[in-house]
Amino acid sequence: MDILDIIGSALKAGLRPETAYISLAAIGLNIHFGYTGLLNFGQAGFMAVGAYGLAIPVFAFEASLWVGLACGITASVIFALLLGYPTLRLRADYLAIVTIAAAEIFRFIVRATGLREITGGSNGINGFSSGFYEANPYTSSVGFELGFLDFNYTAREAWVMTVGWGIVLTGIAFTYFAINSPWGRVLKSVREDEDAVRSLGKNAYSFKMQSLVIGGVFGAIGGMILALAQGSVQPSPVDLGPTRTFLAYAALIIGGTGKLWGPVAGSFIFISLLSFTDTFIRSAQAEGWIDESFIAPNEVGIARFVILGIALMLLMTFRPQGIFGSKREMALDV
Amino acid sequence: MPKLAKNCIAGLALILVLVLSFPIAVLAQSEQAITGTLRVEINEERTPVAGVDISVVQGGEEVGVETTAEDGTFAVTVPGDGAYSVTLNTDSLPEGVTLQADATETLEVRVESGNNKAVIYRLVSGDQGETSAFSDQAGKVARLVSNGVRFGLIMAMCSIGLSLIFGTTQLVNFAHGELVTFGAVMALVLDNGTIPFLVAAALALALAAGFGAANDLVIWRPLRKRGTGLISMMVISIGLSILIRFVILWQVGGDRQAYSKYRIQEGIEIGPLSLTPRDLIAMAISIVVLVAVAYMINKTKFGKAMRAVADNRDLAESSGINVQQVILYVWVLGGLLAGLGGILLGLDQQVRWNMGFDLLLLIFAAVTLGGLGTAYGALVGSLVVGIFIELSTLVVAPELKSVGALMILIIILLVRPQGILGRAERVG
Repeated sequence: MDILDIIGSALKAGLRPETAYISLAAIGLNIHFGYTGLLNFGQAGFMAVGAYGLAIPVFAFEASLWVGLACGITASVIFALLLGYPTLRLRADYLAIVTIAAAEIFRFIVRATGLREITGGSNGINGFSSGFYEANPYTSSVGFELGFLDFNYTAREAWVMTVGWGIVLTGIAFTYFAINSPWGRVLKSVREDEDAVRSLGKNAYSFKMQSLVIGGVFGAIGGMILALAQGSVQPSPVDLGPTRTFLAYAALIIGGTGKLWGPVAGSFIFISLLSFTDTFIRSAQAEGWIDESFIAPNEVGIARFVILGIALMLLMTFRPQGIFGSKREMALDV
Repeated sequence: MPKLAKNCIAGLALILVLVLSFPIAVLAQSEQAITGTLRVEINEERTPVAGVDISVVQGGEEVGVETTAEDGTFAVTVPGDGAYSVTLNTDSLPEGVTLQADATETLEVRVESGNNKAVIYRLVSGDQGETSAFSDQAGKVARLVSNGVRFGLIMAMCSIGLSLIFGTTQLVNFAHGELVTFGAVMALVLDNGTIPFLVAAALALALAAGFGAANDLVIWRPLRKRGTGLISMMVISIGLSILIRFVILWQVGGDRQAYSKYRIQEGIEIGPLSLTPRDLIAMAISIVVLVAVAYMINKTKFGKAMRAVADNRDLAESSGINVQQVILYVWVLGGLLAGLGGILLGLDQQVRWNMGFDLLLLIFAAVTLGGLGTAYGALVGSLVVGIFIELSTLVVAPELKSVGALMILIIILLVRPQGILGRAERVG
């Protein structure tokens, strides 16, 4: 095994579409959790709403992808309003409970056999992304090699990456201007002290709702990139289940909660780390260092979730502000 | 920073304990198969159907053919991820046994690598089946209510722990579902034939109580001492939940697995209901345990101390109650009740690595409905949610029944956020 090759492939994975859509979900969570102090545990639900919103019009009603885009965003706004209306006046844990439940329930509903004509049931939806790939300007693989670093991506990947990272940059720019505006300062003060905000005559509830909607739309767009990158939408726990939400949380916390570039830096670091351990275990198995009775080949995928759990616990305990964050920004609590 | 190092070591120790607490290596699931059991109801007894050919086809190519064994089971090994179509050869069915009228002989399934996929064929014998006693609407409602009560009682045992932990520490423990899974899985691992199932279950309960205590001693007590905030703790509990869940998946595999005992039992007719002895005993155990817990909360010194801590922690502490000890006991109780709930649930629906996490969403609905932090609220909420989701299958497909629980959750937050039995106080 060559450790440099493994590092190279990990860094390559760090730029893949997966990192782009996790970044988008984390940018949304940064607006929720980092700037407003909202505990949204259902970002995967927003991603699912976006992904299905994009895919259903194309699959079931033969509309164009643009219609799908509009549907996905509208649906995520409605989803946010539905979840926020009963919970945002209450203590922070109620939002957490309702969002994690709603995200799973949405997945159960689209998986239902009775809706197979519309949502594809448990098989999900395929073949809605042809319009997207027909617009692909790349004809051959794109990238370069530098020593052990190999940044060559297939034309398909490169096209998703161009669009995905383009949207990520737009999202960062949006966050920058929004958070440095008077509106953003109110959001941050909701995080710091909601009662103070209220006593200054601001409607804290309305600001929380706006934050939930905007962050949710980012999650939904992330879900659309996921759907386009995979060419399919699947109601599987790995794709759109709660662990997806917490992958984005881990990325956000690593990069720094309440930091502009935190979600992107964290996603890159975390996805690279996961890819590294994945490849490392596989090559260690190939070398015979790890016995198959300890980790069977089909159990390698479990490692990333074990790491995810440990990372969340250790980060929140010892460095809740992440690698680049400052402790002062993360003073939030109930 | 020695303290930091100490906490790190303690954390690693917990993970180690978690891994080592699987004393017997469970068969590693290294491939995937399409599995199922063919049974038919003859004279109200579920009889296995042997000698039926099941073939699996992918993309027009035959992957495998198997014949059901004496106990009606079959398993066709498939190469990996993907969509397969499974066909039951109706010619090979024994005489008098047919597929249910609305069922098809070919099913399309999707297999995930490493996970077995179970398929279900509904068989009927002779010409009954169309006009069975169950089509009677009143009987159906009674049956659903009894299922709901049974499930609600099991859920109540799991919810009370969550609610008491919230009451004493204000922590919403997202890793509570894993306490449920832990109890069920421990009983499964110990139930390997060398000791009777009931002994295995008792040992599993002891381990579950110890696991609850370990949760508090290793993670939550040090965090409380550090002054970690509640939001951070919630995120940590999610991390813990993911960690435990996937360690369990790694150790026991992704299949549903049944205990060795009490698998198939003949029902006892009570009016329109048909309950197996297993169901009746599970309900009796739940009721006895719940009454005992209620007695303990109301009448014993520990119960009084617990209520005092929940009511006003500082006041309790200054009047001489050892708050940390009370919280530890609450965790032991929570682990024990959740473990018992897990074993009973495992008897009812088989054991699966994510059974507790799936239940957690319903538990949340139940405790919010009853009032977060109140033990009776958890009981009432669980029964209401249990009955409601069963009854909701009268109008929606059974696979959507947990949607009703979410509806309850949202409606109760809109109209009475403190829950049915919660005290009216500001929760915003």
